[in-house]
Amino acid sequence: MKSNKLFEPALVQTALKQSFIKLDPRVMVRNPVMFNVEVGTIVMAYVTIYSFSHSGQGSALYNFFIFLVLLLTVLFANFAEAIAEARGKAQADSLRKTREETPAKVLLTNGTIEIRSSNQLKKGDIFVCETGDTIPTDGEIIEGIATIDESAITGESAPVIRESGGDKSSVTGGTKVLSDEIKVQVSTAPGESFLDKMIALVEGASRQKTPNEIALTILLASFTLVFIIVCVTLKPFANYANTPITIAALISLFVCLIPTTIGGLLSAIGIAGMDRALRANVITKSGKAVETAGDIDVLLLDKTGTITIGNRKATNFYPTAGVVIKAFTDACVLSSLADETPEGKSIIELANEQGFKNSGTPSGSTFIKFTAETRSSGLDTADGRRIRKGAFDSIRNIVEKAGNIFPSDIEEHVKSIATNGGTPLVVSENEKALGVIELQDIIKPGISERFERLRKMGVKTVMVTGDNPLTAKYIAEKAGVDDFIAEAKPEDKMNYIKDEQALGKLVAMMGDGTNDAPALAQADVGVAMNSGTQAAKEAGNMVDLDNDPTKLIEIVEIGKQLLITRGTLTTFSIANDVAKYFAIVPALFIASIPALQSLNIMGLHTPESAIMSAVIFNAIIIPILIPLALKGVAYKPIGATALLRRNLFIYGIGGVVAPFIGIKLIDLLIGLFV
Amino acid sequence: MNTELIGIIATFLLTLIIAFPLGKYLAKVFAGEKVWTDFLKPLEKGIYKLSGINVKEQMNWKEQLKALLTINILWLVYGFFVLIFQNKLPLNPDGNPGMTADLAFNTIISFVANCNLQHYSGESGVSYLTQQFVLMFLQFVSAATGIAAAVVLFKAFRDKTTTQLGNFWEFFVKSITRLLLPLSIVIALILSFNGTPASYDAKDQFISVQGDTVNVSRGPAAQMIAIKHLGTNGGGYFGANSAHPFENPGYLTNMVEMIAQVIIPIAMVIAFGYFIRRRKLGWTIFGVMTIGLFMLMIPTLSAELGGNPAIAKLGISQATGAMEGKEVRFGPAATAYWSTLTTVISTGSVNGMHDSTMPLTGLWQLLAMMINGFYGGCGVGILNYFIYLIIAVFISGLMVGRTPEFLGHKVEAREIKIAAIITLLSPFLILAGTAISSYVFTNYGDAGWAVQPKNWLSNPGFHGFSEMLYEVTSSNANNGSGFEGLGDNNIFWNVLTGIIIFLGRFLPIIGPVAIAGLLGAKKFIPESAGTLKTDTKTFALMTFAVILVLNALSYFPALALGPLAEYFTMLK
Repeated sequence: MKSNKLFEPALVQTALKQSFIKLDPRVMVRNPVMFNVEVGTIVMAYVTIYSFSHSGQGSALYNFFIFLVLLLTVLFANFAEAIAEARGKAQADSLRKTREETPAKVLLTNGTIEIRSSNQLKKGDIFVCETGDTIPTDGEIIEGIATIDESAITGESAPVIRESGGDKSSVTGGTKVLSDEIKVQVSTAPGESFLDKMIALVEGASRQKTPNEIALTILLASFTLVFIIVCVTLKPFANYANTPITIAALISLFVCLIPTTIGGLLSAIGIAGMDRALRANVITKSGKAVETAGDIDVLLLDKTGTITIGNRKATNFYPTAGVVIKAFTDACVLSSLADETPEGKSIIELANEQGFKNSGTPSGSTFIKFTAETRSSGLDTADGRRIRKGAFDSIRNIVEKAGNIFPSDIEEHVKSIATNGGTPLVVSENEKALGVIELQDIIKPGISERFERLRKMGVKTVMVTGDNPLTAKYIAEKAGVDDFIAEAKPEDKMNYIKDEQALGKLVAMMGDGTNDAPALAQADVGVAMNSGTQAAKEAGNMVDLDNDPTKLIEIVEIGKQLLITRGTLTTFSIANDVAKYFAIVPALFIASIPALQSLNIMGLHTPESAIMSAVIFNAIIIPILIPLALKGVAYKPIGATALLRRNLFIYGIGGVVAPFIGIKLIDLLIGLFV
Repeated sequence: MNTELIGIIATFLLTLIIAFPLGKYLAKVFAGEKVWTDFLKPLEKGIYKLSGINVKEQMNWKEQLKALLTINILWLVYGFFVLIFQNKLPLNPDGNPGMTADLAFNTIISFVANCNLQHYSGESGVSYLTQQFVLMFLQFVSAATGIAAAVVLFKAFRDKTTTQLGNFWEFFVKSITRLLLPLSIVIALILSFNGTPASYDAKDQFISVQGDTVNVSRGPAAQMIAIKHLGTNGGGYFGANSAHPFENPGYLTNMVEMIAQVIIPIAMVIAFGYFIRRRKLGWTIFGVMTIGLFMLMIPTLSAELGGNPAIAKLGISQATGAMEGKEVRFGPAATAYWSTLTTVISTGSVNGMHDSTMPLTGLWQLLAMMINGFYGGCGVGILNYFIYLIIAVFISGLMVGRTPEFLGHKVEAREIKIAAIITLLSPFLILAGTAISSYVFTNYGDAGWAVQPKNWLSNPGFHGFSEMLYEVTSSNANNGSGFEGLGDNNIFWNVLTGIIIFLGRFLPIIGPVAIAGLLGAKKFIPESAGTLKTDTKTFALMTFAVILVLNALSYFPALALGPLAEYFTMLK
């Protein structure tokens, strides 16, 4: 589904065709800069025809050549937009394939089942899906539980479980039921499911310019106007100086000066930004959300699954004084053999890691199940060992009830484990405490580096957890998050977001549950997991198809990249003008004011060649920069000022120097042929 | 180092010594904090009471601009009629005639707008009444208008989020009572003790050695020359402006006038930093402006002190530099220094003839006025700079990956639209104005105006082009200096420059104040590591690049046909 090649032949072909279709002035007018180039091209077409039969406007061949280069400039810009669109569309098409006409088994009110086509489903309809069925459209499970293959959407091959009620009740059209039967209520009107919305979005039909894009377009339009003024007034100036200026020269100067580079690439940059998000398997409901993501100040992350690996794991065995580690480990393993919880399994894993040989369950043992009352579990062996494992106070109860003394070193271990963010489990045998097992949250490898990166971007990370403040603090410090919300209830998240927003900050969060929906809606960037409830998905402004909570970090970078690409290419485009002036202005006046030859610092060999070199450079710089526009300028979290210095150096100074070299080279090339 | 250079270095240092504390003082005055001039409060209260002003009334940016424009229109009407009927009014001992309608139109706009482009000569064109109660009066109030507008902008960034931008009348009155009036009195005293006339007597007479009877114009000049510089007005009492021995009798008065014209523009920048409690930002802006000044001044000095290459070719030594059009009592260094100052800020007074300066000096003078934001005019300098700042913020904000913000407020489409219009305005007025005049000159040379277009230019060719370009540029920048050598008192130039001055004055005040008002009302976003800081060297460099590139791109062809063509042709 994903392709990282920028120019796939099939896409290029579509894009080439689109480049010509986009020449329609009604479409072009949306982009004021390129529209002006198109007008210039049309004028040059007239001038070419005129110059066949009249003199005074230069040779027809020369005019035709300028016309051709201008036309190419427009086509290149169209191509940039078209290729970005084509890439997005290819992505969408591959998703859409999964959604072609699926039969739906609609459950009618009288209890009978009727087969309908998926596009006839209305919001509120109920359909049934059995093993092997493809789910026809987005919906909410109202009855049953099923394993579902969501690989068509997420690319993740492992099946997921969806069940009615709770946070995992939502199913997406195009996914497949692998087992069991579910009743699903249609949650979206036809043509409005997430996939439909996304497809429409990337296809550009409903793509709206983002506020920042609008602002930049205004700025570019005003630069264009300045250059219209410069070029129009040049005519009377030249008349004053008794210098005839050809229309070709004036239009060339104009086209070279207006910011065609950024003007041509602007919409491609915007589309590519959303496309990059899509490639990261994130559906953005609007381009604005991507832009906003770049501005995020605060990031709310759930602890479990994001910062720590799902569950706690045993990390240490601490036997009390007088108990050998081997005997203690043995007791721990025995107590956990029947324990199906991840914690229980992790105890056996740890024992194995430490070289303990598991001899299996001794025959004749009875397992004691965990109950809320005893808050401990374990087993009784045939030879009379009563091994129990449980929370500190429950085991202490057992021990002290039997009249035994609870060892003080165990108590100390328990305390120190708790302050270190761990969970202590005490193990006893025959009502005598043997020692403590330490369970710890395992922080995902590499996560603290990611937080460090975020900190450098200026993003504050906040961990949200149901743990007690002590544990939360410990994990927060260890993972390197800036703040945490402990014992968090859904409304705590909401309040935290509101407080930060009151300070003027932009907050992003990720959520899946229905009770997350208000907070997702409140957050400036709310990323709902695709596995989450419909309500959560409706509330957020992005949906992550991978259900990967660390995705937020990527989204922030994509947002920043989008803006940086716009900024740097604008700078580059404007900086280019300096060299173009030095090419064209001396060329315009050299005939009547020979002294201005001193301004021809590039030493371009004839005025015609100088003008041609400048327009050619102006045209080919667009396709040269298409890959950069599509991939985006790399974002480096080195602080705003350092980043500005870096980009100003590369794209500002580079933008001044590059065209001097480029124009000179083209001039030399032209010199070879003319 | 020669004494001439030491003289201008000392002048510059003295300027800073006065301007820095003045800036701090202004910040306090406009913030309503305690200052030593608070003894003037009763005077201000009297003025408020007399005018029915309630200074407690807070205005938003629209109300501020409404107040500003209303009072300016009032002055326009008042002044226009006095100029036309001055011959029928008292205080006209020399019996000077009333102005023609087009000249009055030009003159009154020019003075209301703090431009002071003069198409008349003070000696013969106006009465003492006009000089004192129209022109000098406007020199005070137009400077105060600019300062008050700047303070409104300051106000928008002092608090985190606000629509209450203080009271325009209070800023306006305080600008006069706490700043312009006291300092003008000091300067006027220095001038009059050095020989500048300050009387209401008619022309004096003496018989020269040759036996000719010579009439000597005089009048209440010292007070006007003080505010003419302090308020960056530039409109001279006499036609020859500060090259006239009465306006500028000696090196000392020359220093005083050079210092007077730039202290408020510098002080306003420093005041901005203090007022919004971001002193470093104030200093950074000052740094950019000062580097800009030096980049214009150093080549000017070098061109003028180096003398004229055309004369050098004849084998004539020019040990004192290029002396054509300069006063011997000032010398080329002080004249070059002045010519740069008077064009970077919008004074437009001259102590030598710009028409006679070297071609490249003309280029730097033009460029200084095109930029119009290195210190700039009283109050309006920082307003102009603010527009550059917004554009720099926008582009560099993008380059660091955040939607752009300035001092914690997001810069969005609406602000950019206003900034874009204002950025557009200068090239439009300057280039269109020059294009129209070039067109009229080439195509309608025989039009029957007071000066026929074909006789406009004393030096046709590239220099003549510069003369027209200069006139229009000076009008747009509200500078008011003339390249001279241009036959400008006729309906064409009076109307054209009148319109340009008007638009070039008020739109660049409305724009920045509107942007500031809009930004100030927006939610405040606290700084983070990802926020672009505007008080760093890097951002200063960015702003400088924006200023340079925007202006170079807008004016390169025009400058190439004027001063550059002249320069390169001269070298051939």
